[in-house]
Amino acid sequence: MKLGELAPRDVADRMKGQGLDLDTGPFVVRIETPITDLVDEIRSLYHDFPADAGGGLVDFHVAVRRPAGPFGVRRWLRRQAIAYLDDIRPFEPLPIHMAVPMLESSINWCAANQTNQYVMIHAAVLERRGSALVLPGITGAGKSTLCASLAYRGWRLLSDEFALIQPADGQIAAWPRPISLKNVSIDLIRGWAPDACIGKSVPNTNKGTIAYVRPPSESVRRAVDRAIPAWVVFPTFEKGAAGRLTPLPKARAFFRLADCSFNYQALGIQGFQTLSRMISACNTFEFRYSSLDDALGLLGALPLPSPRS
Amino acid sequence: MPWACWARYRSPPRAASAHLAAVSTFSDGSARLRAPAGLMGRELLLLRALREPRAMHGFALGEWDLVLRQARGTGTVARLCAIVQAAGMFGAVPARVRERLETEHAAVTQHHQLIRWEVTRVRRALAPVGMPLILLKGAAYLLADLPAARGRNFSDVDVLVPRDRLLVVEETLLEQGWEFTELTAYDQRYYRNWSHELPPMIHKHRNVILDVHHNILPPTGRLRPDPRLLLEAARPLPGLPLSVLAPGDMVLHSACHLLQSGELDHSLRDLIDLDSLIRHFCSEGDFWAGLVARAGALGVRRPLYYGLRFAERLLGTPVPAEVGRALAHAAPPRAVCVVMDVLFTDTLVRGPSVHYWWRRFALALLGIRHHWLRMPPLLLVRHLLHKALTGHRTVARGTETE
Repeated sequence: MKLGELAPRDVADRMKGQGLDLDTGPFVVRIETPITDLVDEIRSLYHDFPADAGGGLVDFHVAVRRPAGPFGVRRWLRRQAIAYLDDIRPFEPLPIHMAVPMLESSINWCAANQTNQYVMIHAAVLERRGSALVLPGITGAGKSTLCASLAYRGWRLLSDEFALIQPADGQIAAWPRPISLKNVSIDLIRGWAPDACIGKSVPNTNKGTIAYVRPPSESVRRAVDRAIPAWVVFPTFEKGAAGRLTPLPKARAFFRLADCSFNYQALGIQGFQTLSRMISACNTFEFRYSSLDDALGLLGALPLPSPRS
Repeated sequence: MPWACWARYRSPPRAASAHLAAVSTFSDGSARLRAPAGLMGRELLLLRALREPRAMHGFALGEWDLVLRQARGTGTVARLCAIVQAAGMFGAVPARVRERLETEHAAVTQHHQLIRWEVTRVRRALAPVGMPLILLKGAAYLLADLPAARGRNFSDVDVLVPRDRLLVVEETLLEQGWEFTELTAYDQRYYRNWSHELPPMIHKHRNVILDVHHNILPPTGRLRPDPRLLLEAARPLPGLPLSVLAPGDMVLHSACHLLQSGELDHSLRDLIDLDSLIRHFCSEGDFWAGLVARAGALGVRRPLYYGLRFAERLLGTPVPAEVGRALAHAAPPRAVCVVMDVLFTDTLVRGPSVHYWWRRFALALLGIRHHWLRMPPLLLVRHLLHKALTGHRTVARGTETE
């Protein structure tokens, strides 16, 4: 059953109690929270994801609560939210209106720190005709904006934050969770894709204002489909720049990719082999852009890599 | 891990929580194993799985979920994998669970490779000093190829050097590119005057912490084993210019670390070490008699008493009744023992089985005990005052509980 098809009361009750299991694709997340605003946002952002009654194997246990402190005094002093991953608290308490970024960051934190079944790159991934475009990038490079704009114009969203590469066959698994937009990108994407469902804007985070975009239903429905990496493109947003793709030597691309990886080091030889296989099978570019139309055109016209003999 | 904001946060303190159902008398040899249950009544499945791997046959997915959750919290997933493999029951584990166990095991094994490499670097750097390098704990188990190393998750290399060589060792390491991790002047002084190790060092091009010890317990503490005894008994590793502690000493160090290190988040890992070392060495004929005598000679009978008590009760470590009797007079007063049972088991496994605040409270009490054992009262007051006034949460690495 999809989360959006469950009765809102049931969802709230379950999240308040034992927690609700959300099948996000590669990972099952159990979310527990008494914060009703957060429940509403989750229902909207994860609308199309299968929700299970629980009892199975869960990958991440995430609870977002209001910090009580001794005798609950803290609740009276401040309205805050804090995430518990069992009793790990990866982040300091934040004002309660930041509960959604808190939840999303916690899920990211779990994947980055507690799993090793994939070689994980901090990158947006989109797919067209079975070929995956990997957009690694530091925060602020415009990766998420690019990701959201492509996801609503013919590309399938695999992930906004994580390229999950399977060491066994080099294919990329989809994890189509909400896309996080920051600051001016929020209105930009509202204009670009009026039919996109964008959650409440959260001001004053450490990255400025954040809003999350619900992943397109089709991408969620196809979350089990893997894609074969074809292009690795390092984007940089540059005001006023004409869209320009510059080929990047593969050795440089390799190291930049490894630098964006969460667990390249931890996986050792397996990480090296997986990434080097991927880089040699992909076309690699640097990409400067300022307009989304340019980007859509240029990235859509990327030539497929020639099959290696 | 690089720059993504959520990856930059400190790595999770690996720790745990649980409860011992009943207090049985250890010293008369009548210790019965009872399934420890959390305060909220949930059984500590992870301990059961570690103790009797065959029990895992009957686990439902929901139970596996709990076990993995507890193992993740204590950094023992890879160890669990090694135990499942050793018990030959990999086939009985559901595929999704197996995948999680295997990937974690692979990552830990990969990390062992880094540790081996770091050991060769330290060895090469210290070769001019001209003394055998004695490895401690994880690195020792790994290089000596002991079962305790299998799936053990650890990040530091620990070495033991004679106190009179400490200065030259430090200078040599600094010359060769090691640096102290950032510490205040007070912390530096703390380590140098009151601790049994140098401040932690790290090589500027690598990512493995090096701890240089001159003893296994702090010189300011209640228990002061003579490090010369340890150095004299150390055993060279075949074919390598490296040594490890003698088997009995290794067990005693493990017990001391479990009870006195203050690394409360690693209690379960330390307990598993102790269990594994004992099971490995106890087949040597006079192991037990030697162990008890050695504990007396080093003055660490109390940690051994506790260590065996907890290992036997929680992990089913085979401890002969006469060893219990021989150590009976090293036992603390009964009331203390009861309190320690509760505190130790309730802080052992983190997870849903023990209430968060209760566990924090129990950890705080153990932290106080740890400090009390570590320094005489006046020094303790001075130390805590300094920490309170300068706003540092802790100094001795390892006293960090969260």
